[in-house]
Amino acid sequence: MRNILILGAGTSGTMMANHLNNSLSQKEWKITIVDQEETHYYQPGFLFLPFDLYKSKQVKKSIKKFIPKGVDLVNEKIDRIDKENDKVLLQNGAEINYDILIIATGTDIAPQETEGMLGDHWHKSVFDFYTFKGAKNLRNKLREWKGGKLVVHITEMPIKCPVAPLEFSFLADSFFINKGIRDKVEISFVTPMSGAFTKPTATKELTYLLEKKNINIIPDFNIERVDGENKKIIDYGGKEVDYDLLVTIPTNMGDELIERSGFGDELNYVPTNKATLQTTVKENIFAIGDATNVPASKAGSVAHFEAEILTENILRYIDGKALKDKFDGHANCFIETGHGKALLIDFNYTQEPVTGTFPFPAIGPLSLLKETHMNHMGKLAFKWIYWNMLITGKHIPFVSATMSEEGKNINKKKELV
Amino acid sequence: MEKTYAEVSVSVNEEGYLTDLSQWTKEVGNEIAKEEGIEMTDKHWEVINYLQEQYRNEVPLNIRKVGKSGVVSIKEFYALFPNGPLKISSRISGIPKPISCI
Repeated sequence: MRNILILGAGTSGTMMANHLNNSLSQKEWKITIVDQEETHYYQPGFLFLPFDLYKSKQVKKSIKKFIPKGVDLVNEKIDRIDKENDKVLLQNGAEINYDILIIATGTDIAPQETEGMLGDHWHKSVFDFYTFKGAKNLRNKLREWKGGKLVVHITEMPIKCPVAPLEFSFLADSFFINKGIRDKVEISFVTPMSGAFTKPTATKELTYLLEKKNINIIPDFNIERVDGENKKIIDYGGKEVDYDLLVTIPTNMGDELIERSGFGDELNYVPTNKATLQTTVKENIFAIGDATNVPASKAGSVAHFEAEILTENILRYIDGKALKDKFDGHANCFIETGHGKALLIDFNYTQEPVTGTFPFPAIGPLSLLKETHMNHMGKLAFKWIYWNMLITGKHIPFVSATMSEEGKNINKKKELV
Repeated sequence: MEKTYAEVSVSVNEEGYLTDLSQWTKEVGNEIAKEEGIEMTDKHWEVINYLQEQYRNEVPLNIRKVGKSGVVSIKEFYALFPNGPLKISSRISGIPKPISCI
């Protein structure tokens, strides 16, 4: 009997538990998954929670419900990985040996990394919405807020779901219009990047939407500290932005257990081969999802595509075959733009998001990089897909793990270099 | 496109970043720095050397990494290259504009 150990029962870990349980013989392999939490959150829902568009019970279910029978679920905090001896130490003193380890410990906010971000003002005038608690506290604040300067702010890249701050700004615009107080709210979008998004074509489209919705963009802002008392954020160059309500995306970091284990980069992400998903830490250690340092978006769709490829590679590893360099950084993200509309982007390591139709050429039914009601319906339908198909490891029809160029208006002109 | 700095012809992209680090010389860097309105000091060059070394080793760069490099703190980095230090120093270094975001 050999052992596969999965660390983390979030989106990635749960998907891997299901995939491997379906593909490995229970006589030969024991699969164990460890997580300190008991609740599985539907994280895309954290975007809707603050605006009362989702109720809190719609975004949480029990972790247990999605771990297949035959997989051993251990509800305990992880201390560290002992890679020399192929074992993981838990905080309660127990040890779990493994033949193959899969790290799926994700990423979390680290507001403590920015001077002054935490303090008496935390979750009173300074909020995050990347945690269940933050999103819920922000909802309570927005219910009673009478208006003023709303600043939506990104501390540093990379962050989980890089489009979420933009979506938050768009939904805020929509929310205040519906409330009849949009004229009393000034919305600013403050980012360390040079524009609204990271890729040129999408940035153009998104900048247009921000302007149309009367949202100010303040680019190239690298925050040094939050002055909670005087309600302003200050960047390293001395620039200041005043706020009445600050909604920030704090620095995102991998789990501290990665640091305790003696590997990981400066943000505790696990060094991972971006095409095979094997770590460079040791050949029997693999990583998936937000926990890796691969240059793809930290998003559920990416984890979903990675899971299909990682499963294949783990089976190849078990059989002693060479791993496939197959993962292309494929991401597929809906961008809510408010008023019942959304954009869709589909891209990978090398192909930036462009216009077109998805998943079928000309037919769609979804439109790429264009605001439509159908895309919004797609985003809402995704919650059902997530709970019923995605995390249980079912293949989503017509959507392949690697990006398809079909239906995309790709400018084939060779880039001038 | 081609551009001439300090009598050296170099290839640059639309944003003025060198496309081939091997064409870079300290004189070229100095001329680009002038365009950026920066007067180079030993400390500036120390940062430039660090960035080039990281680039040659294929280490992706971001502000946090530079701040933890031991070469400069983030605050000092801003003082040396005001308003977008990584973008400006990368251009002077002859390396591509950093993509710190995905």
